[in-house]
Parts: sequence; structure tokens; C-alpha cells
Amino acid sequence: MTRPRARGAALLLVASMALAACTADDGDTLTVLAASSLTDAFEAIARDVEARHDVTVRLGLAGSHQLATQVLDGAPADVYASADPTQMARVVDAGLAEGPPAVFAHNTLVVAVHDRVRTVTSLADLADPGVAVVLAAEEVPAGRYARQALDTLGLEVAPVSLEPSVRAVLAKVVLGEADAGIVYASDLVAAEAEVHTIEVPAHLGPTADYPIVALRDAPHPDLAAAFVAHVRSPAGRARLAAHGFRVDQVDR
Amino acid sequence: MSRSRTRPTAPAGVRPLAAVGLGFLVLPLVALALRTPWSRLGPLLADPLVTDALRLSLTTSLSALAVAVVLGIPLAWVLARTEFPGRRLVRALAVLPMVLPPVVGGVALLLAFGRRGLFGGSLDAVTGVTLPFTTAGVVVAEAFVAMPFLVVTVEAGLRSMDTRYEDAAATLGASRWTVLRRVTLPLVAPSVAAGMALAWARALGEFGATITFAGNLPGETQTMPLAVYLALESNPQAAHLLSFLLLAVSVAVLVGLRDRYLGQP
Repeated sequence: MTRPRARGAALLLVASMALAACTADDGDTLTVLAASSLTDAFEAIARDVEARHDVTVRLGLAGSHQLATQVLDGAPADVYASADPTQMARVVDAGLAEGPPAVFAHNTLVVAVHDRVRTVTSLADLADPGVAVVLAAEEVPAGRYARQALDTLGLEVAPVSLEPSVRAVLAKVVLGEADAGIVYASDLVAAEAEVHTIEVPAHLGPTADYPIVALRDAPHPDLAAAFVAHVRSPAGRARLAAHGFRVDQVDR
Repeated sequence: MSRSRTRPTAPAGVRPLAAVGLGFLVLPLVALALRTPWSRLGPLLADPLVTDALRLSLTTSLSALAVAVVLGIPLAWVLARTEFPGRRLVRALAVLPMVLPPVVGGVALLLAFGRRGLFGGSLDAVTGVTLPFTTAGVVVAEAFVAMPFLVVTVEAGLRSMDTRYEDAAATLGASRWTVLRRVTLPLVAPSVAAGMALAWARALGEFGATITFAGNLPGETQTMPLAVYLALESNPQAAHLLSFLLLAVSVAVLVGLRDRYLGQP
């Protein structure tokens, strides 16, 4: 590279770095820890909140149990939204919640089946040893609820893998590696078109309750409360409903 | 001349920085050792979660090592001894799994060897064999990430060895296989041993590619790193114990190598 060109490239690099640093410092950053099944819904809600307040929302998405552990280990987060009341209880019992948690949505289980698969047409087919079924691990609420539903039906299902998150289960089905997986109804809204669902009757499995709470040690307590309020508002509920969650009978 | 006169004194600040660096690396390991539940060693070792994971880790990592040796040594030989256009690109590709994030490796393996993968689809159609969700799949994932370590180490050894012995053997009438077996390999044995140890340690610790490609099922595909990851929530003591076992094995391998992994015979 010639000298003037090298200098120009260096200048451009420094300028873009400075620009990046500038935009990163604008406003506060709100850290929201949300269960992975809330990925798409909360990304939409985060954009809504960013538009209304001068804040950048950063989502930490993982299994509810991992997030609860992070909070207990002192992670600097503002809000915790869980797919599992048991995990929320861990946070509350440790005294790390700011006020009581509120249930803001429910989710129901469905069986996700790749369109290419002809061998699975009902829940009972999951017990067929020739069908590759993927479930979430026991530690993940979706995995527990799926097990409960299958046990209630008396189905002996031998999964080929126990994934660490419900989105990982869906990924295996979408990729065609697994024939079927049990995920949340909301997960399918975001899925590729090549997957269809089989309903899990409501009386079989527990519906997942999603509690949310602002954290006691939140770096931005006012913004945390505003975020929680927005999730529980009609606008927030509309976003959640659009992403496949059930928002009837939530805490008002 | 005495040694103390030829050894240079460290420039100012080097020793303190080194001490900080060492502390940074050693402190987590010390913490792990201190928090391991020694008193619960017996019942934990009897837990099927732990024994399954241990057994799987050992069998799959050793199998992956075998694959790495059988395929990696010839690859190292070709890279070190032959000239062909694009050799540098080939070497870069062979080493790529070493720098690839393991989960990315797992995704790539799925796209190649998965049920609907480039090669896996045909494999399934012709032989009915599928790799994902099987112990064989774990071996594939581990071999994928570990083999480059062996290739790099052995290639370095081959390059730095004195080839005149090979020439002498050839002029004395030895066949190419005999030269390889009786002259070359014994001369690079330290590099091969170092490469094998590194590859085995890497295979033992593999997580991202394994869980993405082979899945996670106790007794079938749940190796020690996967068991630790999931046990952290439900059974932290088992997780600490498994972590310490992995740490102990890694330390044993590195100590046993005695600097050979630095590439010098």
C-alpha cells in the first residue's frame, strides 16, 4: 500500500472506531435477562422501549435457570423475565427482587414436526422408537413440562437428545436432524415455514407462567420499572400475543 | 563459564507482570480444587451421571485420538514433505478447526454430516447410518477439533528433523514404507507424542461442537463437559467434581509432556 493510502486507511479506521465509541456512550444501557423462549417477543418490546425512552436495551437470553444463577452470582442486570416460577422464586428468596414478581404471559406446549416427516401425526407417535424426538433438558422448564405431559399420557418417549434450551430443540427440528420436538407455541411463530405443529391438549401439560421482576440491585431502577410496566401494559401484551403467547389471565 | 553469568536478568517489570499472569491463570484452578467436595467423592463417583460421563469421555476422546493419528500423521507428512500448488491454503484449511469457535464447527459438521447434510444425506440413504445423536457423532466432533493440533505439531517436527537419515536409508535400499516406519517416525516420535497428548486433551474438553452435532443424552452422547454444563443447575457438587477431574487429567497430560508441546524434540 502506498504511504498516502496507508495513512488514509488508518485515518478511516480511527474515525470509525471513534464513531463507534461515541454511539455506544449515548444514553443508558438497560440489561434485561429473559428466558430464551421470549427472544423474538422481547426484541420487539425492547425496540418499543428504546423508542419511548432514551435507553439502549441489551437482552441476555438463555435458559431461565442459567439466568437465575447469573442473578444470584451478582450479574449487573436490571430486569429478570423467567419462563419458570421456580427459578423466579430462587431470585426472590435471595432477596434480589425489587417487589413481588408479576406474571405477564403464559405459554402452551406444542409438538414441532418437520414438514418432511410423515411418521408423526399424533402425540402417540412420539413413543415410536423409530422417531427421533428431541426434548429440552429437565433443568429447562419446557423440558419438565414436556415430560409431565408425556407422563400424563402414559407415553414412553426415549429422546435422542436433551437440549439446554427450548430454542435448541426447535433448531434441531428445523435443521431436519430431529423428526419432532416439544417446544412452546410461541417458538413456532418465529420458526421457518418447513415446520408444522401438533397441539398438546391443554389438560395434559401445565401451561408455563412467565413472571417478570425488576431487580433490587439494578443499575437503572427507574428504567427497570418502566420496562416492566411496558411489558405489562396493553402495548406489551399486544406484542406478546403477536408472538404466540397467551396474555389472558395475567397479573394486572 | 558459570550459568549465573550467562543467564540475563529480567528487564524491569517483567517479573511482576509474569507473576500477575501466572496468578490469573492459576487462581481459578486453585479455587476449583478448594471447592471440590472431597468428602462426597464416594457417592458422587457412584452416581451414574458421573460414571456415564467419565466412561463416554474416555472412550470417545481415545477414539477421536485414533482417528487423528491415522488421518493426521499422513496429512502432516504431505504438508511437510510435498510441494503442490495451494499447499498454504490446504494447510490453513487443515488448521482451521483449531481457531473456529466450536459451536460453529458443530454447525458446519451438521451441514456436512447431518441427516440432511452434504455427505450425511447420502450416508443415510446408502447405509442407514446417521451420525448426529450417536456416540460415533461425538467421536467425529472431537476428532474435528482435535486433529489440527496433531497435524500442526507433527508437521513442525517433520520440518525440523534432519532428512539425511531418510536419504541414507533410501540409498541403502529401504522401501518408502520402511523409511517411514523405521527412520522417520522414530525421529519425530517426540513431536508425535506431544501432538497426540494435545489432541487428546482437546478432544476430552470439547463441548460446543459435541452438543451441537451429537446432541446431549446421558450414556450416549453426554461427555464430561456437557454433564458439567447441565449439572451446574441441578447438581453443582457433581459439576465441581467433574470439573476437577477434567482439570486433573489436563494437568497430568501437560506435566507428562514436559515442555515437548513447545515443539522441540
